[in-house]
Amino acid sequence: MSTTKSYEEINQKLKAGKAVVLTAEEVAEMAKEMSPEEIVEKVDVVTTATFGAMCSSGAIINFGHADPPIRMEKIRLNGVPCYEGLAAVDSYIGATACDPDNPEYGGAHVIQDLLEGKDVVLEAWGKGTDCYPRKHIKTKININTINEFTLFNPRNAYQNYNVAVNTTSTIKHTYMGTLLPNLRNATYSTSGELSPLLNDPEFKTIGLGTRIFLGGTQGFVVWPGTQFHTTKPKNELGVPVTNAATIAVIGNLKEMSAEYIQAASYEKYGVSMFVGIGIPIPVLNADIAKRVSINNSQIETSVLDYGTVGTPKLGQVTYEELQSGTIKVKGKKIRTAPVASLKKARKIADELKKWLQNGEFEVTKPVQMFPANTSLNALQETEVDND
Amino acid sequence: MIKKRYILNFPPQSGDKAFTYHLVKDYDIRINILKAEVYPGKRGSLLLELQGKTENIEKGVKYIKSHKITCESLDKRIRWKQEKCIDCGNCTAVCFAGALTMNKSNWELEFDKSKCVVCELCIPACPLNLFEIDFR
Repeated sequence: MSTTKSYEEINQKLKAGKAVVLTAEEVAEMAKEMSPEEIVEKVDVVTTATFGAMCSSGAIINFGHADPPIRMEKIRLNGVPCYEGLAAVDSYIGATACDPDNPEYGGAHVIQDLLEGKDVVLEAWGKGTDCYPRKHIKTKININTINEFTLFNPRNAYQNYNVAVNTTSTIKHTYMGTLLPNLRNATYSTSGELSPLLNDPEFKTIGLGTRIFLGGTQGFVVWPGTQFHTTKPKNELGVPVTNAATIAVIGNLKEMSAEYIQAASYEKYGVSMFVGIGIPIPVLNADIAKRVSINNSQIETSVLDYGTVGTPKLGQVTYEELQSGTIKVKGKKIRTAPVASLKKARKIADELKKWLQNGEFEVTKPVQMFPANTSLNALQETEVDND
Repeated sequence: MIKKRYILNFPPQSGDKAFTYHLVKDYDIRINILKAEVYPGKRGSLLLELQGKTENIEKGVKYIKSHKITCESLDKRIRWKQEKCIDCGNCTAVCFAGALTMNKSNWELEFDKSKCVVCELCIPACPLNLFEIDFR
């Protein structure tokens, strides 16, 4: 019977500064010479991280009430539309929102401007009510004038992601970057063996309430992310070979750093936001030790043709091959390029490791685990009555 | 022998002279035209790779400049706001010339300007808009 540890034991060791914390890359290296049973004896927490563009992100903002007050029924921040269907001065700004006349500046840029302490122009309109008589307001706000400024991202940290290529004869502009014609490049997004959900593929430790690194501060996993899919094809190690599960995360933007939240604009696609996420995985038993030991040669992903409708699968490659700079698809050698920052992901994993070692951060037992056996519906189009 | 890339900008009246011929013939410079935009009577821009003896290239550049043509080394015409770069790698996907590459040990972006062919694909490919190339 091999060693098992509880969250409490690990947290006590963290507090006493006696815990052994490694990054997922370090433990993958260690696993070349050690068994999972030996690793669970030796290592207490493994840090994982990612820094990539995550479109399903945004911020909840409460502007505070003006005098006389207004029920904001149409809201713009630096011209970017924000959601108005909440209470009088509550709003949600989505990372990808933008004014169609200024498509390169979007919600993510507004969030970044606020985060960097810049003034942002708030303009809002209302119909005027007995309790909210005002019909228009135009003023400057910044991170100090607003009340809550909460990052709430419905879908982040995809568990694996596809490699994008283009078999057509024309250039394709996608959220996976610019794809050159005739299979002249391939782009990939995940941080491989360092990626959070690839190190806990069956959600044995990550669930509702998991404390994480989010944008430079402490945040939480609050729900399965949208499009949470746990029954996608897996390899013999139980790791999905395509984009599968996701997480919804929340955290206080007022405590975050612009170093780990970055607005981005993709040619002929639109706006997105790079989000820095780090997740500590407590090594509770040998099974978890085995999961976090996984290395780039054992993680596979699917190569999809983004130039063709239906994105047909052309092959399957490992992260070791992707990071080597070339992959082989249909007998052709293709140059690879990442579209997410491994350098930044490593920095996050190291930063989280320091927080844990210094006793500033603890591992959290989820309040509730995520569902297994989930799949997705496609949008079925049905006839609509016109009356 | 050195090899260096230059951007030449021709004013409207200089478009009809065979400067490249003189660079070869009079200064013994090996020329590789990497990019050219010529609009007769309006303007022209050339990206040239010059290979030859240092003194000959200096003389050749002087000769070109004496005809009211701007001639600047390529690296002075490329700007990359490195301090803002997040090393995502999007630009390396389109850089077929191999000027923009990821360092495989620390995963930082590396930019070897001497390999740039001014295809300008990196400009829209960068999601942070950090590249500027002044070719025209």
